[in-house]
Amino acid sequence: MRALEKKLIRDLLRLWSQGLAIALVLGCGVAIFLMSYGMFTALTETRAAYYERNRFAEVFASLRRAPQSLMPEIAAIEGVYAVETRVKGSAILDLPGQVESAVGQFISLPASGEPRLNLPLLRSGRFPDVQSDDEVMVNEPFAIANGYVPGDTLMANLNGQKRVLTITGTALSPEFIYTIGPGDMMPDNQGYGILWMSEPAMAAAFDMDGAFNDVSLQLRRHARSDDVIDRLDDLLDPFGGLGAHDRVQQQSHAFIDGELKQLQSMAYVLPPVFLGITIFLVNMVIGRIVALDRSEIGLLKAIGYSNLEVSLHYLALAVAIALIGTLLGILVGTWMARGLAELYATFFSFPYLIFAVRPDIYIIATALGLTTASLGAIQSALSAARLPPAVAMSPPAPPNYQSSMIDRLLLRARPSQRTMMVLRNIMRWPLRAGLTMLGIALAVAVLVASLFFEDTLEELIDSAFYSTNRQDVMLILTQEVNSDALEDIRRLPGVLQVEPAQMHGAILRNGHLEKRVGIEGRPATADLARILDQDGKVVAAPANGLLLSTRLASQLAIGVGDPLTVEFLTGQRETHVVNVAGIVTSYIGLPAYMEDTALDRLMRRSSTFSYANLTLDPAKEQEFHAAIKDLPRLAGTVMIADTLEAFEETIEQNINISMVVYIVIAVLITVGVTYNSARIQLSERARDLASLRILGFTKTEVSFILIGEIAFLALLAQPIGWLLGAGLATAMIAGFESDLYSIPLVLSRDTFALSSVVVLAAAAASTLLVRRRLDRLNLIEVMKTRE
Amino acid sequence: MDQTLAENAVFRTQAVTKVYETGEVRVVALDGVDLTLHAGELTVLLGPSGSGKSTLLNILGGLDHASEGRVWFKDLELTKLNERALTRFRRDHVGFVFQFYNLVASLSARENVALVTDIAPNPMSPEEALDIVGLGHRMNHFPAELSGGEQQRVAIARAIAKRPEVLLCDEPTGALDSKTGVQVLEALDRINKDLGTTTAIITHAAEIRKMAHRVIRFQDGRIVSIEHNETRLTPSEIEW
Repeated sequence: MRALEKKLIRDLLRLWSQGLAIALVLGCGVAIFLMSYGMFTALTETRAAYYERNRFAEVFASLRRAPQSLMPEIAAIEGVYAVETRVKGSAILDLPGQVESAVGQFISLPASGEPRLNLPLLRSGRFPDVQSDDEVMVNEPFAIANGYVPGDTLMANLNGQKRVLTITGTALSPEFIYTIGPGDMMPDNQGYGILWMSEPAMAAAFDMDGAFNDVSLQLRRHARSDDVIDRLDDLLDPFGGLGAHDRVQQQSHAFIDGELKQLQSMAYVLPPVFLGITIFLVNMVIGRIVALDRSEIGLLKAIGYSNLEVSLHYLALAVAIALIGTLLGILVGTWMARGLAELYATFFSFPYLIFAVRPDIYIIATALGLTTASLGAIQSALSAARLPPAVAMSPPAPPNYQSSMIDRLLLRARPSQRTMMVLRNIMRWPLRAGLTMLGIALAVAVLVASLFFEDTLEELIDSAFYSTNRQDVMLILTQEVNSDALEDIRRLPGVLQVEPAQMHGAILRNGHLEKRVGIEGRPATADLARILDQDGKVVAAPANGLLLSTRLASQLAIGVGDPLTVEFLTGQRETHVVNVAGIVTSYIGLPAYMEDTALDRLMRRSSTFSYANLTLDPAKEQEFHAAIKDLPRLAGTVMIADTLEAFEETIEQNINISMVVYIVIAVLITVGVTYNSARIQLSERARDLASLRILGFTKTEVSFILIGEIAFLALLAQPIGWLLGAGLATAMIAGFESDLYSIPLVLSRDTFALSSVVVLAAAAASTLLVRRRLDRLNLIEVMKTRE
Repeated sequence: MDQTLAENAVFRTQAVTKVYETGEVRVVALDGVDLTLHAGELTVLLGPSGSGKSTLLNILGGLDHASEGRVWFKDLELTKLNERALTRFRRDHVGFVFQFYNLVASLSARENVALVTDIAPNPMSPEEALDIVGLGHRMNHFPAELSGGEQQRVAIARAIAKRPEVLLCDEPTGALDSKTGVQVLEALDRINKDLGTTTAIITHAAEIRKMAHRVIRFQDGRIVSIEHNETRLTPSEIEW
C-alpha cells in the first residue's frame, strides 16, 4: 500500500465520528430515495402490468337499465376498442357466526366465458358455473378476512330474497386493488366483499334479464376519452345513465394514484434536503482537513506528488465517507421499503406486487451518494491542488478580522469579550453560520411537517365524526323509497332516532367548469348528520339553493349567490339552475347539500329518502343487526363507531411509525450539522480556547465560546424552522388534496414546541459530546506549536 | 538584597521530578529540581532544548503536574491542588507569555487584554496595560493588523493586566528579530521594576541573561548552575 493510501485510511479512522455523522445524514437521504422512488417505480410498473394483463377498462359508466341491444351502438362509438356490459348490484350478506351483516357488491360474469374487460384473476378454486344460480367467487381479501375457503357458504339478501350461496373460488381484480364500501372511510375487508356471479343468475336476482346496468370500455390507442365519454353519455342518457367517467374517477385507481403521488413527492422533496446538507458538511470537514494538512500538502508537492494526486487524495476521503453512507442508506432503505411494502399489503390487493426495488435504483442511489460527497469536497480538493508548495509549508496568515459596521453596533451593547468572540466568528464566516443555521432549521421543519399530522387528524376526526356524523348507523337503500318506509326502520329493534336523507348523482356546471358529485338532501332539522360552516357553526340544509363544500366551490370557481346549473342524474334527469346558498367545510369527498323537501319540490314529487341515519340503544344492537339482515332494499350499512375505530387504529399506527421515522431524521440532521460544526470550531479555536484556559478561564467559561456559537445559531434557527415547517406542511396538505379527501392544516403551539425541544436536545447532546474534548485539550502542546 | 529576597520566596520546589511516559518511551524531563524564586526577582532560565526549563515553568504556572516532589506558591502547595483549584490559581496569580503570542484573532488588542481584566479580581484597565507596553495608540487593531513585536507586547499587556504576582515567559522573543525583541524585553523589565512582578524568562538567546537578577542554567532536567548578576544591563544595551 502506498504511503498516501495509508494516510487516507488513517485520516478516515481519525475522523471516524465526524465521518459517521456525515455518513448518517447521507445515508438517510439515500434510504428515503431508495424507499420512495424505489417503491414508486415498483408500484407504477406493477400496476401497469396488472392493468394490461387483466384488461382494466379505461371508461366506466353506471346506468339504471339498458337492453343488451344497445351494446353494438356503444361498440360503434369512434375510438372504442372493447365493450363489456355487466349487471351490478349490492346486497346485504348474512355471514354465519357474525352479528353484524356485511355488504356484498355483486358483479356478473358473462355467460359466454371470460370477461373481455376487468378480468378477475383466480387465486383459488374456480370460477362459478355458468348454469348455476347459487355459486359465487369472492375477492380474496374478503375471503381471508372472514376465513372463507372454496366450498364455504354464506347467505345473501338478493333483492328481498334470502339465498344461500356457495363460494367456488377467490379472485383479485384490477378494479379492486383498493376496496372501500359505500359510506366507508377505510377498507373493511371483513364487512365489504366483491362477489362475482354468472350473468344469468345475476339477471334473475336483480331483475335484469336481457339488460345491463354497468358498462366498461377499452379505447383505441389514440382515442380521446372525453369524446368517447360524451358519446357514451348521450347513448346512456335515455336509460338512466349516471355519467361516464375515466380512470381518474375510478375509486381504486384514484387511491393508488394518490399513494403514488405521495411517494413521488417524498422522493423529490426529502432526499435533496439530505444531499444538500451532506454537501455542506463534507465541504466544511474536508475544508478544515485541507487547512490542517497545509504543511503536509506543501511537503507532498515538494517531494514530487502532482496536484492531481494531492486533490484526488482529499476527494477520495469524501468518497470513502460517501461509500459508508450509501451502504448504510441502501441497507436501511431496503429495510424501509420492505416495511412500506407490508403496509401496502394491508391496504392494496395486488396479485404480484413486485416489492423488490429494481437494481438500477441501487445504482442511481450509489451514484447520487458519491456525486454528493464529491461536490462537497471538490472546492477543498481544488484549493489543495492550487496551493503552491512554498506557500503551503509556511504557516497561514492569521484570519483577518476587521472592525465592521455591525461590529461597532454590537460593541454598543457592551458584550463580554467571549460574546464578541462568538459573534465575530459568525460574522467572519457568515455563509457557514448561515448554512449551519439552515441545516438546524430544516431539522425543525421536517419535524413540524410531520408532527402537525396528529393535530390535523384530531381535527379531521372531530369534524368528520363528532361534529357532523353523530349517528350510530347509516342504512343505505338500493333505491329511493317513499317516506312511509321510514316507519319500518323506526320499528326496528333498538332504534332511538331516525333521520331520512337523499343522495342524488348530479353534474354541476358553472360556465365551462363542471363536476360530477352527489347532492345530499337532508331535513332542515337534521341533528344526527350535521353540516358545519367554515367557522364551525352548525347550519341547516337550505330550502333555497345549494350548500357547497369549500373545495367543490373552488373547483367550480363559484361563490355565494352565484347561479349554478344542476343536471340531476336521478329521477327525471332534469336540469335546474340553483343559487349557491353558502360554502361549508368538509374534508371528506366533495359534498353539496340541499334541504330534502326542497329537492322533492324541485323534482315535483312526494317525499322520499335513499338512506337513513339512526341512533341505537347499545343494549339492543344484536337484535338490530339480526333484523336488518332481512330488510328489503338494503344496500349497505355503515357502523360509524366501527369506521371511527378502524380509522383511528390505522392512522395511529401509521402516525406512530412516521413520527419515529421523522424524529430519527431530524435528530440525524441536527447531530450531523451541530456535531461537525462543533468539531470544526474546536479544531479552529483550540489555540484560542487553550489560551483562555491558561489565562485562568474555567472549563465552563471556555465552553461558552464553543457552545455559544452553536447555541446562538440553533436558537436563531428555531423561528426559521417553524416557518419552513409551516410552509412544508401547507405544501404537503396541498399535495394530499384530492376529490376523495382533504386534510385541514392545524399547526398548534405544541407541534412547534415539541419540534424545537427535540432538535435543541439533539443539538445540545452533540455539542456536549464535543465539549468533552475540551477536557482533553493539551494546553502545553497547543501553545508550543504554531498552527 | 539576597537576604530580603530569601525571606520573600514566591515559588519553592522540592525535589521536583517530571517523567513523560508514552508507550515504551520514558523521558525524564525534570530530575529532582530544588529551586526558590523570590519576590520582585527577574530570573532568566537558560539551557538547551529538552533540558527541562519549559517543563518547570509549566509546573510553576499550574499548567502541568509534577510526577514527584512538591511545589509551593508562597504558602499554597500547588502539588496538592486539583484541576479546578489550579485554574483558580492561574486566574488569580499568574501571567503567561508564550513564543507564539496566542492572541485571539477575533478580538482587538484592547479586547484581548479585556479577556483577562473581565475575570481578574483587581485588574488595571486594558488601556493602562497597553500603555505600559507602549501600545496605547494601537489598541483597536486586530492581531492580523499588528506586527509580531506588537502582538507579543499585547500578549504581555494581557499577562500583566491582572497585576499578577508572577510573570512566566517562555521564549517571549523567540519569534522576533533582535530589535523588536528589545522592545518586548523593555516592557518586561519595566513591569518588573515598576510593579515588582516576579518574572521568569526562558530564552535561547544567552545575552538576555545580562538583564536578570539571577541566571539559572539547565541540563538534562537538572539545574547545573545559578549565577547572580552584580550589575544588570538594560535591554537596550543587549544585542543578539
